[in-house]
Amino acid sequence: MNARVQSLAFRGWWEDRATAAREARRYARIFGRNAASVAGLGLVVAFLSIALVGPWIVPYPEDATGTVHLDRKLEAPSRAHWFGTDEVGDDVYTRVVLGARLSLQIGLVITLVAATIGVPLGVVAGYVGGRLGEGIMRITDVFLAVPALVLAVAVVSALGPGIVNAMLAIALVWWPGYVRLVQGKALAISQESYVEAARAVGVGRLRIAFVHLLPNCLSPILVKASMDMGTAILTAASLGFIGLGAQPPFPEWGAMISHGRNYLPTWWWYSAFPGLAIYFTVLGFNLFGDGLRDVLDPKSRS
Amino acid sequence: MTGYVAGRVLALGVLLFGLLCITFAISHVIPGDPARLAAGPDASEAMVQTLRAQYGLDRSLGTQFVVYTRGLLRGDFGLSLRSRNTVADDLARFFPNSFELVTLSLLLAVAVGVPLGMLSAVYRDTWIDHGSRVMSVSGVAVPAFWLGLMLQLVIALHLGWLPLGGRLNLTTELPPPITHLLLVDAVLRGQWATLGDGLRHAVLPVVTLSFPALASILRVNRAEMLETLHQDYILNARAQGLGGLRVVAKLALRNAMIPTLTMIGLRYGWMLGGTLLVESVFDWPGIGLYAVNSALSSDFVPVMGVTLVIGFNFMLANLLVDLGYAWLDPRLRRTAA
Repeated sequence: MNARVQSLAFRGWWEDRATAAREARRYARIFGRNAASVAGLGLVVAFLSIALVGPWIVPYPEDATGTVHLDRKLEAPSRAHWFGTDEVGDDVYTRVVLGARLSLQIGLVITLVAATIGVPLGVVAGYVGGRLGEGIMRITDVFLAVPALVLAVAVVSALGPGIVNAMLAIALVWWPGYVRLVQGKALAISQESYVEAARAVGVGRLRIAFVHLLPNCLSPILVKASMDMGTAILTAASLGFIGLGAQPPFPEWGAMISHGRNYLPTWWWYSAFPGLAIYFTVLGFNLFGDGLRDVLDPKSRS
Repeated sequence: MTGYVAGRVLALGVLLFGLLCITFAISHVIPGDPARLAAGPDASEAMVQTLRAQYGLDRSLGTQFVVYTRGLLRGDFGLSLRSRNTVADDLARFFPNSFELVTLSLLLAVAVGVPLGMLSAVYRDTWIDHGSRVMSVSGVAVPAFWLGLMLQLVIALHLGWLPLGGRLNLTTELPPPITHLLLVDAVLRGQWATLGDGLRHAVLPVVTLSFPALASILRVNRAEMLETLHQDYILNARAQGLGGLRVVAKLALRNAMIPTLTMIGLRYGWMLGGTLLVESVFDWPGIGLYAVNSALSSDFVPVMGVTLVIGFNFMLANLLVDLGYAWLDPRLRRTAA
């Protein structure tokens, strides 16, 4: 008897696995059909690899720590310095590569903090509703009525400039996007019959919200998060460029462009290469997010 | 329709009050000492105290909020901590410049984005479509400030075709103000040299600011056109022998314009945010540059003012878009009334 139950359970598990593998292959096929999605995946993988192994592949690892080599300042791109050197003689290639690691941290922190605040609030607003939900949505509306960059600048001007404050500021103005997204989705799902059934057998509201609703909101959240990785990096770079974000010697791309700006047009490489790095990173996450949406959430394609 | 408009205007008021609360909270509740930041690192304790008393920062938060709100209702945005100018005067001086920049950019974005989106959908999978799509994905990803710098590098510095930045050449005569919009005033006063110079200075900032908007307008319009082109009434029109771009533009574009219009409204707001970057690059004397310079010197009063002005404009744009909806789509009008 016991063995029979076990073998049945095993067969069930095996079939689940086989179905999951089939599903995954189907998803991979849909994703792979679109050249843009594949290009996006390639860019994201390249970005992540560079961010992970950066410190071990750069020729001058100490150049991101505020060292000064006045003997080789503002040199044009050459075999020794692929992207040239900056005004204190640091290798621009080294700093751009190490900037990927910093950008990855920035993107992850902002996206995670924003999702951690926004998703639960969205579930509450969409399913629990009531006066609390109404209040959450009104606050969300106000935040969404001002461009994120403007509010982030306001927050940084109150906190003082710096990379940590910039990340904090962006995260603080970023979460309402998740509330709006999850609220709409939760509202739609709460009409589905399985939620109705759970309610009928007496499952509590909070349990329904977080055990039954939330997992079914994951696809759009993942899509938004992957796009936000790029947009958050871009916003942090914008603050860096303005001078309110990362300060030297941090190898932050926006701040590098801002400093390089004073050395245009002769020493163009100083701001040209960090800009390309931002462009390819944001492009990668955008295309990847698009591809992910085709696979996970085809209905919501705009 | 009147009831609908009244309701929307009321909602705008509520939203605006919410924005006021949030900006106030950001500048007053977040741990930080604006008076000390503004006084600078070398200021003595007494100086900080004086500054705090002068700006009412030593009063209770509730009192400060009431005082600030009352001032706003009279059009008083407070005093800049650094320059001691009234922020309202500064905003009145800088806003018209930003308004011109954003309006021109929006016009360019619509004028290029909508037709390109349409052509991209009609000639799907041809070189027009591929080119437009590369443009639309690039527009979202390229950092506006970097694009501006690269345009300066190539077009202003290497080729020397256009000025590097600023609003006008130093020697150019300013038109006596009528509308306070420089280009409009130049036309009204018939100062064609000023107009030419103003336009030459505007080209690069306008192109830079419009690019992200152009890209997303293009993208939305293409997607909507693709959908609309498969609808029965278009197939019917085609079956009856109507064809060509003019029919497409007349029949399909009107329907595809509704989501595009939303994007245009949204983009107007984001462009106001983009002025912070683009005006910094091109040294354009607008509210964006004003906000950035104030933020850099920890002067929170002007930053609050700019945030409110940008927020108000964004909300107004969304309201106009919603009213535009009702005008484009009679079904919405009937349910709304």
